[in-house]
Amino acid sequence: MTAVTATADTKVKRRATAEERRARIAGVVLILLAAFVLWAFGLNVDGDLDATFRLALPTDRFTDINWVVNSQLLGFIVAAILAFLGGRQLRTANFKWTNVSIAVAMGLFALAFLGWAAAGESFSLVGMLRSTVLLSVPVTLGALCGLMGERVAIINIGIEGQLLTSAFVAVILGSAFNIWVALLGAVLTGGILGWVLAVLAIRYRVDQIIAGVAINIFALGLTSFMASRVLADSQSLNAPGRISPYAIPFLSDIPLLGPMFFDHSLFVYGMFGLVLLVHLGLFYTRWGLRSRAVGEHPKAADTMGINVFRTRYINVILGGFIAGFGGAFLTLSQVARFEENLTAGVGFIALAALIFGRWRPFGVLAAGLVFGFARALQTKLGILGIPVPSEFLLMIPYIVTIIVVAGLVGHARPPAADGQPYIKQ
Amino acid sequence: MSDSGGMPADQENPEPEAPSGEPDWFRRVTGIGSSLGQSLMVPALALVTALVIGAVIIAVTDVDAWRAWTDESPGEALSMMWASITDGYKALFRGSLGSRNAISETLFAATPLIIAGLAVAVGFRAGLFNIGVNGQMHMGGLVAIYLGFTLSLPAVIHVPVVLLGAVIGGAIWGGIPGLLRAKTGAHEVITTIMLNFVALFFVDYVLTTSFYQEQGRLDPISKPVDASARLPRIFGGDFRVHLGFLIALALVAFVYWLLFKSSIGFEFRAVGFNPDAARYAGMSVVAVFVAVMAVSGALGGIAGANQIIGLEPFRGTTNFAAIIGFDAIALALLGRSHPVGVLWAGLLFGGLRAGGRAMQGEAGIPIDLVLVVQALIIVLIAAPDLVRALYRLKPEEAAATQLTKGWDA
Amino acid sequence: MRLELRGITKRFPGVLANDDVNFSVNTGEIVALLGENGAGKTTLMNILYGLYSHDEGEILLDGEPLELAEPSDAIAAGIGMVHQHFMLVPVFTVAENVILGVEPAGTAGWIDQKAAKNSVREISSRYSLEVDPDAIVEDLPVGVQQRVEIIKVLLREARFVVFDEPTAVLTPQEVDAFFEILAGLKADGKGIVFITHKLKEPLEVADRIVVMRDGRTVGEVAPSDVDEDGLAELMVGRPVELVVEKSASAAIEPVLVIDRLTVLDDRDQVAVDDVSFSVKAGEIVGIAGVQGNGQTELVESITGLRPSVAGTVFIGDEDVTGASPRHIHRMAVAHVPEDRQKSGLVLSFTIFENMVLDSYYDRPFSRGVQMDWGEVRKAADRLVKEYEVKTPAIDVPLSSLSGGNQQKVIVAREFNRDVKLVIASQPTRGIDVGSIEYIHGRIVQERDEGAAVLIVSSELDEVTALSDRLLVMFGGKVVAEFDPDTVTTHEIGLAMLGSAPADIST
Repeated sequence: MTAVTATADTKVKRRATAEERRARIAGVVLILLAAFVLWAFGLNVDGDLDATFRLALPTDRFTDINWVVNSQLLGFIVAAILAFLGGRQLRTANFKWTNVSIAVAMGLFALAFLGWAAAGESFSLVGMLRSTVLLSVPVTLGALCGLMGERVAIINIGIEGQLLTSAFVAVILGSAFNIWVALLGAVLTGGILGWVLAVLAIRYRVDQIIAGVAINIFALGLTSFMASRVLADSQSLNAPGRISPYAIPFLSDIPLLGPMFFDHSLFVYGMFGLVLLVHLGLFYTRWGLRSRAVGEHPKAADTMGINVFRTRYINVILGGFIAGFGGAFLTLSQVARFEENLTAGVGFIALAALIFGRWRPFGVLAAGLVFGFARALQTKLGILGIPVPSEFLLMIPYIVTIIVVAGLVGHARPPAADGQPYIKQ
Repeated sequence: MSDSGGMPADQENPEPEAPSGEPDWFRRVTGIGSSLGQSLMVPALALVTALVIGAVIIAVTDVDAWRAWTDESPGEALSMMWASITDGYKALFRGSLGSRNAISETLFAATPLIIAGLAVAVGFRAGLFNIGVNGQMHMGGLVAIYLGFTLSLPAVIHVPVVLLGAVIGGAIWGGIPGLLRAKTGAHEVITTIMLNFVALFFVDYVLTTSFYQEQGRLDPISKPVDASARLPRIFGGDFRVHLGFLIALALVAFVYWLLFKSSIGFEFRAVGFNPDAARYAGMSVVAVFVAVMAVSGALGGIAGANQIIGLEPFRGTTNFAAIIGFDAIALALLGRSHPVGVLWAGLLFGGLRAGGRAMQGEAGIPIDLVLVVQALIIVLIAAPDLVRALYRLKPEEAAATQLTKGWDA
Repeated sequence: MRLELRGITKRFPGVLANDDVNFSVNTGEIVALLGENGAGKTTLMNILYGLYSHDEGEILLDGEPLELAEPSDAIAAGIGMVHQHFMLVPVFTVAENVILGVEPAGTAGWIDQKAAKNSVREISSRYSLEVDPDAIVEDLPVGVQQRVEIIKVLLREARFVVFDEPTAVLTPQEVDAFFEILAGLKADGKGIVFITHKLKEPLEVADRIVVMRDGRTVGEVAPSDVDEDGLAELMVGRPVELVVEKSASAAIEPVLVIDRLTVLDDRDQVAVDDVSFSVKAGEIVGIAGVQGNGQTELVESITGLRPSVAGTVFIGDEDVTGASPRHIHRMAVAHVPEDRQKSGLVLSFTIFENMVLDSYYDRPFSRGVQMDWGEVRKAADRLVKEYEVKTPAIDVPLSSLSGGNQQKVIVAREFNRDVKLVIASQPTRGIDVGSIEYIHGRIVQERDEGAAVLIVSSELDEVTALSDRLLVMFGGKVVAEFDPDTVTTHEIGLAMLGSAPADIST
């Protein structure tokens, strides 16, 4: 399609496109948000109160770095920025900035919210950021698993089931043998469930969403069943031990960034490594080119001699390994025991992260951090004791997911053949 | 999710001749000897296979049997496993069909399942995956609780008012993801699941507010609904099955009419098969998406109300929708998104539920096994080729299992 | 070298696509494989390329049997294919598409991007196929995409190249350029098979013409021994009217008036750029042009399926700019969409359900919300007979009908009332000659009954034969208007490429 610019001498009035309307609506929303912030986090706050954000953990090398800010002032500043962004959206309706503006606005809103919540108190911002990274791990790993599948056009709704089952297997194996056997077992479990999805979707051409839902129900049923039947009696089977964090020397001493990124268990380092690995693989290697071709135009890949079915099997199983790794994280590093429905929907937040991250590894990492932040916010706010009922705090990650999927994504383009079975004659 | 182009032409497979002596109506009703027969065979075999796998799971996870095994007495171990299976499944069958009370329990358990299954099936018919029945039940149920204990009307009016309120609550909670999907393209699988969690927490919160909460209690539990709002038992006071079952039957008929006899249903199905062509033909896909999700949500709301006004303790408790919403997905798939199919599937699952309780109570087998059996049924139904391969049935022309291919009425 | 297909038979459910077909091609010759839509030509070549398996028969290279189970087998045997619908990944670059499957790679599969681009440039210059290795394929015009496909084939050192309907998407000038490329390939010693349903082309460029009909080969001729009429008769099995019977139009007042219409495409680029024209009652206006120059978006905005950003559309006296599809439909507008399976029909619905797809909500088919399926069936029965739709019953799913019959169902549905305006997009794409004749006849009949007709087609023959006035679109603008009786193909071709005569009248 040859792109043609409109002739400039038309005096006919141009009507708005959908994108422009969306940009204007975003502008209005931002201005309303600015007004809310102004009232709730600015005027509503006692002007004497300062929020103290601790930027260092007690265990750090350089302790006692704090950012002290006047809560009310923070509220005013954020409100001003939001109003500016909103006004600009309204006036110019430049839709290229819409997503960025919304994202920045959400971040600032969170900051003002924290300023209000921590007014007159000391709040460990570094702790919260550290939790952000930790809580992003299952989301990012789950999203990477989904990415591997969707890049070859297989939709994986069963990530939740994969995470849950591998978490369970890790617990059993960890208690019966040792942590490393547990890790291996969990990874394999994720791969096996991935293989099941692949078989159902590719060989039997089951609707991929049904297959995913079935895997989830199966996983929930099986793990709950086994938990009641086996774990309830023998508590010794529910104590797998823990993989402890390893602080990278020197890097972990950097204030703020150190505890955030460089003092974690191998799962977090593994997550960063996997993101990089998948990115390099997808965009720079033969395997990646062929996989992407299979996802975008399987018929073309087929005519070029690429085995579409085999590529899909391999990628979905590899993705399963990644999910297994994520499941192991939940029980070998986070809680070190298994509970019924341990995952509580994180596999679906991972799907949202995949879409938000535009099916790109580094995008998914960023999206995972955003959702990790939402989850961390919920736990930390509980500690602060703000006058919002705990149930509403629990809702935060899920509402954020809805907003992201509905508002922020715009016209995202998944791999063109996503969800369609490939039929050879 | 796409429509992969419809079923190939079936001009090569005319119906085989009827076995001599049997009248035509027999073939039509039982389906034996025709391709419809295969359509019934596959679900039946799927059920059997799922139960067999369930049996294996029961046996393999019998902890006492494993102890016997490691104590060098394999014979005893095997007989323990066998006893485990037989005790379990005997209890299952006894609890679902073995007595009048069992049948009442089956119908009682089937009631919300059928209604929730209809909700999911309506969504599937329009190509929408409503995984949010759980949340719609909660929101509808919440309105039902409110109308149940704040109003005091004669039963003839109170019950319909409560149900109407539940319909509205569920319709709104279902309509939101429908609207989001229509206007922003946000996929309803994600939004409905998210709203499930939001609804769950919201209900927990509401049930602890002083207005709702039962006096003197600290846990999330509401005041009881008025006696006039409760659904009466229909087989006498000893049996739990209540008016809700008849309402479920009525809803089956309603959904059948809606999907196959009304112009609205025609639009639903057209959009489900080919939204592009529907748009070109002048239908508003946006309106259909919202309408479908609203209807689906409304049905979910009624199912939620059922949980409040149909059974003890006739008040709201935490997570009163339990896993009915997820069962509903399996039901809709098993019933091929057809209201009558959902009815049968609902009765089946109701039996599994009633029997499962007996299985847990009498034989000590956790009821979660029923979830496993359900998942296996879903997979086997959705992959008929797998069942055919397992049992060496004649392969039909392989059509990919696309969701909205129900039995066209 | 000689590539031979012997006794090839291929069955699909309900259809015998290839019936004991014999075909051969030698290096250094161009063979045209001619037949109408559905004759089995593409199936035959797909078998040769390993995309389909054959039920009977064998494939021989210089007498030695070949096992071609996969495209990679065909590629290894030196057979390359340029498909009708390009097998290019839209979001990849030219180089990525070309090397896909034979990537130059180092350790761990790391792709050598430079080597890839160099091989593209090398072949590009050797065969005079200008392309930019870094361009993203979906941004390229169709003619350039075709060059990428050819480079793909040449990179794999094909000795035989099969082209499936290569000229379907080209302007006349581009077709000439393409024939020059063919001559170059032939001079280089390649054996070429060239599938087409157009009668002029084999006569121009082929050394031998093989004609297929209903899955069989029905003739093999040299171009010097036959003319278009002869070929047509071989193709269809009976003498064919190549000219549409049409009296002069008795055009009266304008029904459709487009004024300064501007429409954006899905990527917010201008697709229809300040276009104005009108269609009168009793006349057929044709819009020619290579697909992708705004015709699709133009039709969508007229029929209410796409919002416009400037300008107006009037039907009769009423301003229908931005009206809904249903409203426009109720204004007695018939719309035959360009992709019948995607937009015109619900394949899983039965014939009678499809017949009322845009009229189900009104009497007599429904009263309020309740549908009257009895009335629907009655109407469907009548229409199926009247429009000669070949089907055993009206309650079979639409997918079981052939392309031509599917199109007839659409035509029956649309023309089955008093129609003021007909808009038909690619009305006879991919259907058999018999159905083509029928539909052309119906369109002319509507015109004679006083309807205004707008036809959009990239088949030049069709649009010149049917139209009373011929417009050409290029780059979103109407760049020329011609009298179909007097204009030459050359002039139309120039316009389709954008070199337009200066005056444009509406």
